[in-house]
Amino acid sequence: MKIQVTDQAGDVHELEGLEGWRAMEVIRDWGLNIKAECGGALSCATCHVYVDKDWMDAVGAPSDEEEDMLDSVGDVRSNSRLSCQILMSDALDGLKLTLAPSAAKD
Amino acid sequence: MSTEITTDVVVIGAGPCGLFAAFELGLLDLKCHFIDILDRPGGQCAELYPEKPIYDIPGFPVVTGQDLTDNLMAQIAPFAPEFHFNRMVNSIEKQEDGSFKLETDADEIFHAKVVVIAAGGGSFQPKRPPVEGIEAFENKSVFYSVRKMDDFRDQDVVIVGGGDSALDWTLNLQPIVRSLTLVHRRDAFKAAPASVNKMKEMVAEGKINFLLGQIGKLDGENGQINHVHLTTDAGDLSVPATRLLPFFGLTMKLGPVADWGLELNDNTIKVDTEKFETSVPGIFAIGDINWYPGKLKLILSGFHEAALMAQAAKKIVSPDERVVFQYTTSSTKLQKKLGVA
Repeated sequence: MKIQVTDQAGDVHELEGLEGWRAMEVIRDWGLNIKAECGGALSCATCHVYVDKDWMDAVGAPSDEEEDMLDSVGDVRSNSRLSCQILMSDALDGLKLTLAPSAAKD
Repeated sequence: MSTEITTDVVVIGAGPCGLFAAFELGLLDLKCHFIDILDRPGGQCAELYPEKPIYDIPGFPVVTGQDLTDNLMAQIAPFAPEFHFNRMVNSIEKQEDGSFKLETDADEIFHAKVVVIAAGGGSFQPKRPPVEGIEAFENKSVFYSVRKMDDFRDQDVVIVGGGDSALDWTLNLQPIVRSLTLVHRRDAFKAAPASVNKMKEMVAEGKINFLLGQIGKLDGENGQINHVHLTTDAGDLSVPATRLLPFFGLTMKLGPVADWGLELNDNTIKVDTEKFETSVPGIFAIGDINWYPGKLKLILSGFHEAALMAQAAKKIVSPDERVVFQYTTSSTKLQKKLGVA
């Protein structure tokens, strides 16, 4: 299973996505520029990504709690998600994500 | 005049690893003072996930961040560590006698023989919105907190955010400003319902403006903004503003630690694995802020590091004293210190 991640500099990376992992964990494990401060506790919004329009339905809508966390970044778009809330599965093979500026490490 | 405090050990950061360090240091009769940028103990556990369950603390099949903090506070109570909240350590200077002088942003000076950095991911600081050039306006016309309300009197104020800080300051500042615009990306708020209702009443009465959108860019010069550009669903808007208050919560940054002359590895402090001492003898680093080969950022690793650090700290504070390693289960001396024997 692969995911395609475009980083803040515009570079495209193809990553191996493992079933049951969070997209955040895959991106962090690969060493891309993602802060993921709270480690997946849905408490920080520093793993903010934009989901490719074609993948919006497959990924699904954010929960109310995730929407609340997205309030804490200033670069939210209609396709914003927290990557710690995207659970990898076969249905997401080929998923395309872009790292938001607010996800960058200091 | 500065307040001066002399102690054996200053612990920077009152998260779980720092708190447990006070226990290990206390068993060795070392007195601790804590300095933390937050207003309460617990660090990331209390700030980011007080209600979230943690499953990998030995002996607790499950415990919340807040309960772990509360239990650690109870555990170290016999040693009566002293806490200094809402302040940041600006500098650490080694003295000729090998001790350290630390200065905080609250005009305090600490003298300690040992410094323990247990600052987790760094210090919590306000999240800066991703707006180009915003740094040039910070602390002049863009603020992340309200320290003096009078700085906002008769100003055109734009507040951004949908949490309690944004709503509280909208309600508090409205009576003294020339105009106030609250900006939030959606028409749902995380703040207390009473505050939200009061804000909506004020909007209906024309006392404040509410706009759905996000900050795009800032206009102004010499640190003084004059307009805030907003991106909204209806297109871009320009709002006159002489003060901007973005309230996006907190994030962790290494902060002044980076300037203390310690050997770093990325955004962490290099330590040895025998004593968890940094490149500066007498300054230790435990928990998520340190780095060594094989480091795992787990609370339990920090607990282990605290125990080894304390043994080394004792040798610095009391170089002539022979320390005998003892167990709390069997040592009446330790049990007396804990108030159980």
